[in-house]
Amino acid sequence: MTAISTHPKLSRRFRLQYESAQERWVLLYPEGMVQLNESAAEILKRCDGERTVAAIVEELETTFSIQGIGRQVKDLIEEGGRRGWID
Amino acid sequence: MAGSIEPPGPPLWLLAELTYRCPLHCVFCYNPTQHARIQQELSTAQWVDVMRQARALGAAQLGFSGGEPLLRDDLEELVQEAHALGYYTNLITSGVGLTDARATRLKAAGLDHVQLSFQDSTRELNDFLSHTRTFELKQKVARIIKSHDWPMVMNCVLHRHNLPHVGPIIEMALDLGAEYLELANTQYYGWAWVNRDHLMPTHEQLVEAEAVVNRYREQIGSRCRLLFVVPDYFEQRPKACMNGWGSVFLSVAPDGLAMPCHNARNLPGLALPNVAHTPLADIWRTSQAFNAYRGDGWMKPPCRDCDERHKDFGGCRCQAFQITGDAAQADPVCGKSPHHDQVVQLVKQAPTQRHIPIVFRSDTESRGLHPEVPA
Repeated sequence: MTAISTHPKLSRRFRLQYESAQERWVLLYPEGMVQLNESAAEILKRCDGERTVAAIVEELETTFSIQGIGRQVKDLIEEGGRRGWID
Repeated sequence: MAGSIEPPGPPLWLLAELTYRCPLHCVFCYNPTQHARIQQELSTAQWVDVMRQARALGAAQLGFSGGEPLLRDDLEELVQEAHALGYYTNLITSGVGLTDARATRLKAAGLDHVQLSFQDSTRELNDFLSHTRTFELKQKVARIIKSHDWPMVMNCVLHRHNLPHVGPIIEMALDLGAEYLELANTQYYGWAWVNRDHLMPTHEQLVEAEAVVNRYREQIGSRCRLLFVVPDYFEQRPKACMNGWGSVFLSVAPDGLAMPCHNARNLPGLALPNVAHTPLADIWRTSQAFNAYRGDGWMKPPCRDCDERHKDFGGCRCQAFQITGDAAQADPVCGKSPHHDQVVQLVKQAPTQRHIPIVFRSDTESRGLHPEVPA
């Protein structure tokens, strides 16, 4: 068993939204807002409870023509789990 | 560099104080004590216009507050408009007026979250401090909130009377299914300032309460997030008030005054603009009031030369004015402030001042405290 969900899903208590005035994605929750960097946003957009972590990594590597981001994705999903962003 | 003002970023928070009217009479309310003299309220169309302008500037979080915002019959309409604009909408309420029918309409309108205030874990103290019989009602409202699947922040203002109950208060929040519990140590503004001697805790009470909070945090994990608002009179550094003046926060009062902080109405030397006459973009970017304490050019020593000035922004302007008489001074809760002794004295003197009658927030008391303002 891993420490993180195999099919990570953004918590229904958080809303992922693009804010044009800030030119970035944010997570909105009661009386608060997390300002996301680009890679965190791309990962969280794909946490839909359907894709596996491996599928997310593969998709990002293909889309952005990069390699070896598995660790980064897992770290973000773990951190999101700790902060309650991800079920 | 002294005097430099960078162009401001976007406002991120719009606080819409829809009304100062409130069915409760809380002794620690932070509303301006002259509320009864401010009867003018923006119309529905004016609020919609404010929300549109603020959203265009970049505001993403919207708080409907007051007073009691449920006293406005157009709340559903405003929530619906806010939701359509893309805001995350927060209702900050005493719970009075949140019937199941109204909750159903607010849910349909797109309300995202409800913050419900409690005064204590006991009926006796809840009803005494709010001067109303609202304890059972609030329990009922909490269940209505959860039955509509809203996330719930429970808010409880802490002071010397209920700090010993912090454990039962946390238990109550857990029982009612709150996702967040804001344990808000009293901030001394408005009615709370008038009643400060009755509310002021001891250092020991705060230490014990915080230990209880920390024990619960370990036990309950992420089930309910416990926020312990810093009791700044007992600290050596000020709070980063509003995250800096005119930095992210835009408050609009019931009568349309736009303020960088919801307590700024009483600061001298501010030409507070009104949303009824001035475009919000001008208010945010160029108005005298929003630029008065923006950046660090306004700072005096010790803030001016302090390496923490971009961390706490010199603390709270209202507190600086209230205690030192000069809003541009360092917040006197700071140990570096030459006026820090006055804060120490306020804490120390409180137990000897309790012969002064406690003042419940009411229209009559408001008019009594402000006889000079024309009705």
